[in-house]
Amino acid sequence: MTPTENSSNENNMEKKMSATTPSSLASVASNRQQRVPGTNLLGTGLETRGVHAWFGKKHVLSDVSLDFSAGTVTALIGPSGCGKSTYLRTLNRMHEFIPTAALAGEVLLDGQDIYAAGIDVTKIRLKVGMVFQKPNPFPSMTIGENVLSGLKLAQLKKSNTDDLLESCLVRAGLWSEVKDRLGEHGGALSGGQQQRLCIARSLAVEPQVLLMDEPCSALDPGSTFRIEETISELAKSMTIVIVTHNMQQAARVSDYTAFFLSDGGPGIMVETAPTSKIFSSPIDKRTEDYVTGRFG
Amino acid sequence: MTQLITPKPQTPWATTIQQRLNTAVLIVFGAALAGVAVKTTGLSGKLGFSVSFFVIASLLIFIQQYRLRDLAAAKDSLLSSFASLAIVLTLIPILSIVGTVVVRGYRNIHFGMFTEDMTMASVNDPVTAGGLLHALVGTIIMVGVALLVSFPIGLLTALYLTEIRGNLTRPIKFLVQAMSGVPSIVAGLFILSILIIPVTQELNGLMGSLALSILMIPTIARTAEEMLLLIPNELREAGVALGATQWRTVSGVVVPAAKSGLVTAIILGIARIIGETAPLLLVSGGADALNFNPASGPMGSLPYYIWKAFLTGGTEEAYGRAWGGMLILLIFIFTLFGLARLLSGRKVA
Repeated sequence: MTPTENSSNENNMEKKMSATTPSSLASVASNRQQRVPGTNLLGTGLETRGVHAWFGKKHVLSDVSLDFSAGTVTALIGPSGCGKSTYLRTLNRMHEFIPTAALAGEVLLDGQDIYAAGIDVTKIRLKVGMVFQKPNPFPSMTIGENVLSGLKLAQLKKSNTDDLLESCLVRAGLWSEVKDRLGEHGGALSGGQQQRLCIARSLAVEPQVLLMDEPCSALDPGSTFRIEETISELAKSMTIVIVTHNMQQAARVSDYTAFFLSDGGPGIMVETAPTSKIFSSPIDKRTEDYVTGRFG
Repeated sequence: MTQLITPKPQTPWATTIQQRLNTAVLIVFGAALAGVAVKTTGLSGKLGFSVSFFVIASLLIFIQQYRLRDLAAAKDSLLSSFASLAIVLTLIPILSIVGTVVVRGYRNIHFGMFTEDMTMASVNDPVTAGGLLHALVGTIIMVGVALLVSFPIGLLTALYLTEIRGNLTRPIKFLVQAMSGVPSIVAGLFILSILIIPVTQELNGLMGSLALSILMIPTIARTAEEMLLLIPNELREAGVALGATQWRTVSGVVVPAAKSGLVTAIILGIARIIGETAPLLLVSGGADALNFNPASGPMGSLPYYIWKAFLTGGTEEAYGRAWGGMLILLIFIFTLFGLARLLSGRKVA
């Protein structure tokens, strides 16, 4: 290795390091327009009170209370295994899909506990949609059928499905790429396109809240950028909760950030605040250590 | 400006003609040595030649590889030799069966077979008299009815095992496995003793179908279960997260995604029963006349036709008739499988 190469490498390293300092993340966060809760009429949002979760006997999440105001984007960050995905899945009752799962606490949607007796779980999942980590379009359906699959699966009646199909794909930022190939199978798309197809699919049933579980972790930067644009666009009309390992992404897309951590025991929510504050002046030492890259 | 010359596509990793020739020479040399060994030593016959040929040829290739490369490559070549031997050993019985049936059967095929039954001919009459229309129709009807009975039951069982996973999953899994080992004659006796003797008092095609269903259900259930287990859980989660009930997710997402696998389950189910003879001897009546109604009167079938010609006839004509029947059965099965493969091969998933 020549000396010049060496020094340029170091320069790159420095650039990377500086990119994750709190001040720069905070400036990224404060550069975007902040949404103020209560400014749009989307119901009263989502709220959790003292949520605990278990898998079998293992206590994986302890006492998480968070508010997601209507029309805001909240990012859940934290190291792997801290329970943030588990927490996300308690918000639309996907948690109970795992056979050994158990839960305590309340999750309130528009003031109504979604775990209360007599609540129809399928109605909850219609109101609280979900996008998964791995793109999972239905392989037996075409692109168009995939987008409208929610209507068919939940047996909803819609008069003008062509308009709905177009508007969902437009909002997911995919329309221009697929408008001439709606009859092809979803598997023919690239990973990023598949993920946007999955977003379009969850939009078709018109949810109030959209949960996203690391939606960009399997995607290239270009697709990630496009999905972040989509998220900003969607936040005008719905409440979004996104789990991400990418702190730049949290700073770019979210209004609020909640930091989760596990010290070997059950995961806890350490701190929540407006995103720019989390990245500039976190209250908790552990949050500061995490967002400055000292661990995790 | 320089002209860009596109190089010719090459495959430098492929075996060269020279190497192939070397190996071919070694194999021919091995065959010659094996011939000498059969002549000079106690080994004799085709078996003796085959064994010594395999041993000598693999040894020669082993030594060649060891000299050209190293011990690892030589060991590798030895494994290849054994793999080739396994292929040959697998193919011999299959080709032998198909070959024998074709050679002995083709002379006994004639057009009248597909237009006539055996009401006006006995098995010892010339082969051109009578036909096996009744047997072909009987087989199609009985297998078809058995499929109609078995597929829904088998699929629902598989769905219970993979999607519902209730408390009975383990015992049912065990029962299905145990049932797939039931001897076919027992299935026939079961229908005979539980339906025919106490209730219907009549041997007919429907009883044959029910006996075949007992054999077919476990095969379909087990194959369908394996195919459904291959469907990634993410698809189920995606369906449920869209607000679908479990039933809608299964019928709208999981089963369509497993479609080609379920066709395989049907093929294997049919393969299990199409040649079954024992239960049909007991319960289907085994007619020589054409019968389209499975619910009434005895019904013939191809295996029964073959069995009857072999057992009750003693002449060349009777044997010829049986070989012809076997060839038709074989062609029928191959056509069916080819068709099913074609249908399931359409690009889905």
